Amino acid sequence: MTAEQIVFYLFATLAIASALGVVMVRNSVQAVLCLVLTFFSMAALWMLLEAEFLAIALVLVYVGAVMVLFLFVVMMLDVDFASLKQGFTRYVPLGVLVAAGLLIGLYWVLRGEVFGLEMMPEPNKHGAEHSNVEVLGKLLYTDYFYAFEVAGVILLVAIVAAISLTFRGRRERRGQSVPMQHRASKDERLHIVKMDAEVAEFEDQQIDQDSDNTGKGKKKQKSKAKAKPKTQTKGESS
Amino acid sequence: MSLTHYLMVSAILFSISVVGIIINRKNVITLLMCIELMLLAVNTNFIAFSRYLNDEVGQIFVFFILTVAAAEAAIGLAILVVLFRSNKDIDVEDLRELKG
Repeated sequence: MTAEQIVFYLFATLAIASALGVVMVRNSVQAVLCLVLTFFSMAALWMLLEAEFLAIALVLVYVGAVMVLFLFVVMMLDVDFASLKQGFTRYVPLGVLVAAGLLIGLYWVLRGEVFGLEMMPEPNKHGAEHSNVEVLGKLLYTDYFYAFEVAGVILLVAIVAAISLTFRGRRERRGQSVPMQHRASKDERLHIVKMDAEVAEFEDQQIDQDSDNTGKGKKKQKSKAKAKPKTQTKGESS
Repeated sequence: MSLTHYLMVSAILFSISVVGIIINRKNVITLLMCIELMLLAVNTNFIAFSRYLNDEVGQIFVFFILTVAAAEAAIGLAILVVLFRSNKDIDVEDLRELKG
């Protein structure tokens, strides 16, 4: 058994065992930690496949960010996890049946005669001077540059969506509320006031007062407007 | 190690996550974790083929899948938090109403 085989079987069993843990374990925090272990062991397998950049990215991005987010949410939500596992065994026979069927089908597709070493010989290992990051970077910034920019936009959308979904502060915007508009009835919109007819004398007084006010205002404005030319003519005459 | 070995490991991981989605009818967090596990299996397939076909483009695909999966996990967990606030529970079976 070569060293490569030892590493492969070790991390493959570790990954499968911890993946089983994700599904079976009762406590959600332990399930998240099992998933972290799965990611670590799969990163080791990716290293064997000479995808060094992606293996490191898996550990940094997935374990460092996404799984910590999972852990944060699991610990923040005050959920009774014991009750969540009730009725757990009811669907186990169905699940095992589906998984067995899926595995048999996949094995038939992926068996050694199709993808074995005879059909797909193992490629030569790259030397120490080969840089996986350089190869990926050259591809990413030339042929796949637009896709790369779209990926950035997707991350921006994710940021905006996550913040707007969970934001609890005061929302500084004025918008229409469609449910309130639907609920509005005629009584709220139109208010008819019953009142006696007005006395005509009172209306006359009102009009007089109004005309007086406007008349005074106009007079004042006129006098102000006239005042300036008068002083000017005085200055000129003297 | 032949390509079959790697593909079978990812096939087993994929089957396990399918089982997890089927037997788990209560916890939305476990569903999200099973989806992450599925994506991991698919990414392993991509990387294995990229190695054995000597074509690095497969790794570019994995890069973009990782990006989208990270965005998906962030939005999924945000929806989960909002769901917990309104329902006080994250039971999958309660999710049959379309009321806001």
